[in-house]
Amino acid sequence: MRTGKDRLLAGLMLAPSLALLAVFVYGFIGQTLYVSFTDWGQGAALALNPEIHFVGLDNYRQLFSGILDVRFRQDLVNMLFFTLFFVALCLGLGLLLATLLDRPLRGEGFFRTVLLLPMSLSFVVTGTIWRWLLQPRGGVNVLPALVGLPRLDFLWTTTRDQVFRFNWQDVPGALLLGVGLVLVLLGVRAWRRREARKAGLLGVPGLVLVLWAALGGAAGWSLVPIKELHGFNLALVGIVMAATWQMSGYTMALYLAGLRGIPVELREAAEVDGATPLQVYRYVQLPLLQPITLSAVIILGHIALKIFDLIFAMTGPDNAVTSVPAILMYLTTFRGNQFAKGASIATLLLLLVSMLIIPYIVSSLRKAPER
Amino acid sequence: MPVYMTVVTSLKDPSEIRLATAWKPPTEVSWEGYRAALGQFAPKLRNSFVLAVSATVLSALLGSMNGYVLSKWRLPGAQLIFPLMVFGMFIPYQSILIPLFQFLRSVNLYGGLPGLILVHVVYGLPITTLLFRNFYAELPDEMIQSSSIDGAGFFGIYRWIVLPLSAPAFVVVVIWQFTQIWNEFLFAVTLTQPAWQPITVALANLAGGEAVQWNLPMAGSILAALPTVLVYVFLGRYFIRGLLAGSLKG
Repeated sequence: MRTGKDRLLAGLMLAPSLALLAVFVYGFIGQTLYVSFTDWGQGAALALNPEIHFVGLDNYRQLFSGILDVRFRQDLVNMLFFTLFFVALCLGLGLLLATLLDRPLRGEGFFRTVLLLPMSLSFVVTGTIWRWLLQPRGGVNVLPALVGLPRLDFLWTTTRDQVFRFNWQDVPGALLLGVGLVLVLLGVRAWRRREARKAGLLGVPGLVLVLWAALGGAAGWSLVPIKELHGFNLALVGIVMAATWQMSGYTMALYLAGLRGIPVELREAAEVDGATPLQVYRYVQLPLLQPITLSAVIILGHIALKIFDLIFAMTGPDNAVTSVPAILMYLTTFRGNQFAKGASIATLLLLLVSMLIIPYIVSSLRKAPER
Repeated sequence: MPVYMTVVTSLKDPSEIRLATAWKPPTEVSWEGYRAALGQFAPKLRNSFVLAVSATVLSALLGSMNGYVLSKWRLPGAQLIFPLMVFGMFIPYQSILIPLFQFLRSVNLYGGLPGLILVHVVYGLPITTLLFRNFYAELPDEMIQSSSIDGAGFFGIYRWIVLPLSAPAFVVVVIWQFTQIWNEFLFAVTLTQPAWQPITVALANLAGGEAVQWNLPMAGSILAALPTVLVYVFLGRYFIRGLLAGSLKG
């Protein structure tokens, strides 16, 4: 039936694509990793035969603790804050809109069309439009004036104000404390389940870590020699707004598909049991949406970690207060010709995204069994 | 709301664009912005069209073949290959950019459209393969088997059974790829020289300049957005399906 010749043909058909992907994805990732361990970029980086030395993890050490690379730390903090706010806002807004659209409503198709429209735009277009809207003396700032209120004078993307400030020197200590606390919690949970051995294995080192961090053990262990303050730059608020404007329609579509997928019988059964609409929503619909929330967090999260074009178009690559590692990588590599350092930043980005994506791919492929 | 502002601004005469009156409609519609933007962007729009159309067609064809093989010809190792392929869809492209840049330079494809098309075809393969595989997985195996009993071979089955049934999948994949490639920026900005830039890069450069007349970038935004918006308006139903499918359902 299925002859060997046909199977061979099938294999041959697939081979070129596989070879391309093997080289262009995994081969290139490997090469980037290698470059990140070298010092390529000192001196004539674009020469035909640039001088390249192997320097091990030095680039990474520089990024996290070198005086010159303070911008990388700020960008990293920016990226984390951006991801947090962007994902949270998209989820909240998306869920709200989906809930509103789920009930019978006239013109539902119209609203859905309008809300999803930004999604079809390029981040560059969105960025250009919002750049105009967030002009310090126009756009959004004069909106209140239209209804007779005093106009705003917020500087948006150029403000240097920060909130949630913390000292970079405290980061290792805080991280250790966090790890310790998680270990202790896991230990306690294991103890409750009467798994004494596991409890000891997790809890005791956790306790030691917590005590050590609490007693100031990490104080002399800071990464940078001087105090270095980072925080959430308020200039990012505008970026978060633009990104949310673009992507919350997509979250809404995800949730709407989810809500529509919930069998009507479930809701009816709950109503027969005397649940109010609010209770139905809270105890029947929301829990069933959880898998969608998880997917949305991962999709939005990986977009946020990689965000590049939106910021590039909105504030340009040189606005340090709104920069993120993806932009810094571009600047370092293609403007500064510091290939090795660019490769290190790229590798760190890949690592962060992989931590989000790999478990997701593995679990979603496991859920869909071979047909 | 931002859409309103964009349209309003793009139709204004430069002299009428003052921050205080930004929200008011123009007193007199001026097409100056569009004329200027068209003049400046025409070559870039052409670049984008050539790029998006050719890369979309190529990656859709390859993806369809791959999807057919992966879903209907259980080859050894396919279970392992597939997740490895899908992962390529999510990586930040920064992590392959430096070797890619070097590679294109060494084969003399850096700077122009052919190189960029190649890049988009290669990195489009994971998503097109995924979408086609999922679509073909729904086709009943019996159909393939009966036609192979009738004597159809590998290509025969594809050509006479699978391909004619693929139209809906092609629509979704083409929409997805076209909008993605049209809107893409990172590859475009790092791998092309000014003459071959697509519209996204040209627009970002224009709006990034100092002391711009805002009717120009707004008109430019609309021109840059028009193709994907039209796709969305006319093929909205498939567009949404593509979006949801793009979120990987395994």
